[in-house]
Parts: sequence; C-alpha cells; structure tokens
Amino acid sequence: MNFDYNEEQQLLADSVRRYLSDKYQFEQRQKIVRGEGWSADAWTQFAQLGLTGLPVSAEQGGFGGGAVDLMGVMEAFGEALVVEPYLSHVMATRAVERGGSTDLLPGVIDGSIKLAWAHTEKGGNAVRMSAKHSGNRWTLEGEKAGVIGAPIADRLVVTARAGEALELFLVDKAEVRSYRTMDERLAGEVVLRGVAGQPLKGGRALIDEMLDFGTALVCAEGVGVMKFACDTTLEYLKTRKQFGVPIGAFQALQHRMVDMFISLEQARSMACLACSRADAGGDGRSISAAKIKIADAARHVSQESVQLHGGMGMSEELKVSHAFRRLTVLAREFGDADFHLARFAAA
Amino acid sequence: MDLNYSPDELAFRDEVRGWLRANLPQDLREKVENYAHLSKDDLMRWHRTLAKKGWVAPAWPKEWGGTGWNVVQRYLFEEELGYAGAPPIIPFGVTMCAAVLLRFGTEAQKKRFLPRIYNGDDFWCQGYSEPGSGSDLASLKTKAVPQGDHYVVNGQKIWTTLAHYADWIFCLVRTDPTLEKRQEGISFLLIDMKTPGITVRPLILMDGGHEVNEVFFDDVKVPAENLVHEAGKGWTVAKYLLGHERMNTGRIGESKRQLARLKQYAARMMQEQRWRDRLTRVEVELTALEITNLRFLDRMRRTGQPPGADVSMLKIKGTEIQQGLTELMMEATDPAASDELSVAVRKRYLSMRKTTIYAGSNEIQRNIIAKMTLGL
Repeated sequence: MNFDYNEEQQLLADSVRRYLSDKYQFEQRQKIVRGEGWSADAWTQFAQLGLTGLPVSAEQGGFGGGAVDLMGVMEAFGEALVVEPYLSHVMATRAVERGGSTDLLPGVIDGSIKLAWAHTEKGGNAVRMSAKHSGNRWTLEGEKAGVIGAPIADRLVVTARAGEALELFLVDKAEVRSYRTMDERLAGEVVLRGVAGQPLKGGRALIDEMLDFGTALVCAEGVGVMKFACDTTLEYLKTRKQFGVPIGAFQALQHRMVDMFISLEQARSMACLACSRADAGGDGRSISAAKIKIADAARHVSQESVQLHGGMGMSEELKVSHAFRRLTVLAREFGDADFHLARFAAA
Repeated sequence: MDLNYSPDELAFRDEVRGWLRANLPQDLREKVENYAHLSKDDLMRWHRTLAKKGWVAPAWPKEWGGTGWNVVQRYLFEEELGYAGAPPIIPFGVTMCAAVLLRFGTEAQKKRFLPRIYNGDDFWCQGYSEPGSGSDLASLKTKAVPQGDHYVVNGQKIWTTLAHYADWIFCLVRTDPTLEKRQEGISFLLIDMKTPGITVRPLILMDGGHEVNEVFFDDVKVPAENLVHEAGKGWTVAKYLLGHERMNTGRIGESKRQLARLKQYAARMMQEQRWRDRLTRVEVELTALEITNLRFLDRMRRTGQPPGADVSMLKIKGTEIQQGLTELMMEATDPAASDELSVAVRKRYLSMRKTTIYAGSNEIQRNIIAKMTLGL
C-alpha cells in the first residue's frame, strides 16, 4: 500500500506545474480561450516535457505511461483549467498504437501530429456511425459530436458500427464544424460521408478499455479542478470582509467549506482507485463508482464555490466561475452519475 | 501508487480472520447479526476471550500487554472484528482510560488499573457531559473540592454510556472555579462507582433501550491518589484523549458487513432502481472512505506522526454512512411486518441517530477541521 507518486511521476507533475505557473496563468489561459482556443506554443512545450509521447510504449520511443503515470499531469491540468485537447489526444494515441498502427507515432511524440478521440454522438450513448466494407476499403458514414480537439487534429480515431460489431478507424481530415463547449474548450462536430477509414484492431474491448482509461483520467483532472475551487474559496473566506470580519469567521460558511474539503478528499480517493484499476487491466465497476463520486463532488464543490464567493463568483473575471463551467461539463463527460449508477448496478 | 495490501498484511488479515472464525462464539455473532441486545456478560465474555488470546489491547505498549502491531495491522484487526460481527470492545477502559494512564498516570496508577482493564475485571465508563455542558465541555460544573487526602465531588454527569455496568468512572471535574481561564480549573479524576453518594439513573432513548444514564455525585469522597496528571491539567488530558487513536471512527469493516447484510436482506428492493441508486451512492461513499482511511494510515506509517485534525472527516463520513445504511435497511422492512428482525431493524434506525451526535457531534468535528486544518 502506497499512495505516493513514484519519483518519475512526481518529477513530471512538478515540471508540468512549473510550466503552467509560468505560461498558463489564468490571464494567459483567457488569451488562449479568446483566441484560437488552443495554443501551439503549449503543445510544443507538452512535446518537450514528454507529455505527447507519454502514452506511447517504450518500444515505439515513448514512455509507456499508464493512468497513474498521467494522473499527476491531469491533476495539474485541472488546477490550471488547461483547455488544450490533451486527453482526447492521449486516448486516440493509445488506441492507434494498441490498434496496430505505428507509423504516426514518431510525429505524435515530437508534437507534429495531433490526434483526437471521436466517439460521442448526439442523442445518447449509442454509436450510430456506420462502417462499410467493400473490396479492401472501409468507408464511414455518419456524424460525431462533442469531439474535443477535432478542429485542430491531424487525424481522428473514430468509433463505428460494422454490422453488429463496434470497430475503430483512423480517419484523415474530415469535415469539421468547429465550436466551443460550455467550458470553453475547442470541439467539433464531425461529418463523415463515405470517408475512407483505416481499420484498427481491438474492437469493442479496446473501445471499452479506452473509455475506462479516459474516465479514470477525467476523474484525476476533476480532482485538480476541485482542488483549485476549494483553495480559492478558502482564500476568499479568509480575505473577504463583511460586518467588520472575514466571512470565514461565520460558522454557517465554515461548515460548508469543510464539506467541500471532504468532498474533494473523497473524490481524490476514488480517482486513485480509478487510475490504479485502469492500469490493472480495468474494473468497470470501480471506475463507475469513481465517476459517480467525482460527478457528485464536482456538482457540490462547483456550486458551493460560486455561492461562497457571492456575486464575485458569478463574474467572468474570476477563475472560479470558469472552474464552475469545467466541473459542470466534467461531471457529465464519459457518462454522468446516472449512467454510471446504471452501469455499476449491472456490473 | 499501490492500493493493495502487501502479502504480509494479507497474511496477517487471514490469520485474524481465521482465528475469529474459530473463536467468535456463534451465539454472540448471531446476536450482533440480528441487532439483539448485548448484556454485560456478553460483552465481557468476548473481552476475556480476546484478552486470553492477547489481542484485547493491541495499541498498548508491549510491556502492558500490547501486540506491537503497526498502524496498518491494528486497523486491519479492528476492521476484521467489525466485519466478522464481533461484539464491540467497549472503549472506555481499553482505549480511553488506559491511553490516559499510559501517558499521564503514575507507575502506581498503571499497576493498579491497567491489568484489571486488560483482564476485564473492571468495567469503565466516561464522565464528561453534563446537563449544561455538551459540546461546550469546558463549561462543566461538577465540583471536586480538596479536603485533606481526598476530594469531595458534587454534581451531575449525563449521557453516561453503560454507567449501569460500570465499576469505575473517569471524570472531568472542576477543582478550581475561580480561574478566569476556565480550562485551567479542570482536573481528571478516577472514581470508584461503589463509593457512597453516587446514584445512577437510567435514561431511556427513543428506541426504548437503556444504554445511557445520568450519574449523580452527592458528597462523594475520592482519594487524592485517584487524580491523574496534576490538578488543573484535566483539559490537557482530555485534549490528548480526543486526538488519540481515532483511526477506527470510520467503522468501515462494520459498515461493509451491514452493506452485505442489507443487500441480502433487501433482495426485493434491489430490483427497484430508485432504491438501488440510493444504496449505490452510500456504497460509493463507503468505498471512498475506506481509501481515504488507508491514505491516512499510509501517511501515519511513513511519517510516524499521529493523524492531523483532518482525521475528523472519518468520523463525519463514517457516521453518515452508518446512518445511511441503517435508514435504507429500515425502509427495506415491510411496513406491515412485525417480526422480530423487522422490529430490531426499526429500533436500530432510531438508535443510530446517536452516532452523528456522540463522541464530538459532527458539527464539532466540522469546527475542528475548519479551525485546525483550514485555518478559519
């Protein structure tokens, strides 16, 4: 039993935090959000820090990082509200390598190729994107939505239905309608009309594994965002004065702050569980349990952090209102609490 | 990061589990399983069984009968007791009074009391709360006036758990009412329950059970040698006790057993999605709490330091979970049924409301975290 990161994981998380506190402060982040919605400089830095190659196996020149290896990075990204489509890229990268396609990996590692994970569609959890086989060619027909990073991705990893089976395909540039999500990230609706796709191995098992992997990592990111929300709210309680005293002197607020702090710690415990289980070969029940807790905690911490900030919490000027937006979306990413309650019960 | 126990820890757990399987009497296990009343004999029979094995006071120093286990082993042991459905080890002697004596007692006091606590010869209770002093404990009024080689105690304690079984009571009393800083006038006194002038009156709670009492002191003569630590240092002792060994307040093993029991008992309700989702949320909190607890243990083991004030969250969450499970269990009983188990389950719901109130109410626990951990 040991809840610490190992030395490499800690060093990586530290260097990511150093970079973010230098180049990804809230004002710098807002510049990125108001601009193109992502930062080419940041991506170059990610490559230099080894983040883009982190999920790639050592045989292919990467670091062979699993969920626990990525956990500290995701937490740091959460604290800084990083909008770069890193998780989408990581999932697609893992799927590409596991699916047996390795020629893109050098470009992925050096940062010149960005990938995006294209799985979600409008109207629920079902995959309706269809894949047809004729001759030695696969073509894809359908639409994906909410694909984080799609507008800037060089390739997409697309899930599609081939008859009864679910399969993965690598797709070159497609028609993408670019938009911003509620939490200010760059996303795309992807329309594929008879577009050629390169089949990847793995099928449904690999897709499920990737979704569990992504769920575990978004839990870790959520812990980072909640840590920021708790820290900044605590700071506000200590500095904001009303009736001649810091508002943190009021017990009504103290107890709510304590409950936020407990939610954060309980969520952190479940993120540890989810990432460990994802690395141990998957355990859908535990990962769903984690997402239920993270979703509930995200709602609790985000709503209370705004409430305890009073009117300032509503203001776009404060980072806490952006954390609120991120946590609101994050609670539903990879399935909301109700989805995971059902999955937990069925497991 | 590794959430698993080591092979040695698992072997230890299996040893405890195997011993419990062979030595926990069936009739006691069934009483616990069916929420039946445990008599003093039941409690002491189990206490003595553990004492004979050498396991009744793992946290004590080895010279007094402790096992020398580390924090993880002690936690595993307590979890296994809870999970097996063993009667509780009543904490007032083994965990509380003994901890105080080991830290502040004289050699004579240790020799006099510790072996009797260990062997179950003396049953202890705790005299803290008073009618006007609950959460604001430092306002307590029970007086102990020095007179020659003894104190004369007058006053009243309340909510005294199992005082009607007790041979001894450890009390916080006011030895100096004149001091401006009221904490400095409090002392820690050991009182023989057979002393003339002590009256125990039962307080029946809403489940109909007799567990707590009022204890009245009317000119009770207590030898001065029964004072622990110095006069006026009782608050220091109380604070030490508060921070001491609160690693099992989450009662995770016990809650895991209740969860498994509930799923079996409420098989019909498990088909109801709305009910099942409520249960799942409690189960998720319990899983999270177990890991949070392990994180505390991991930190303690590595730093060698006692847990910080944030350990209070284990009490808050642990009791909320216990109440959540009890409530679901109560709701799983058929409203029209009046069989013994249904009645016991409903009584248990009533009784378990105490858990968020006792041992420092959950509001006091939040005050502690706010002040000590968050700096508010």
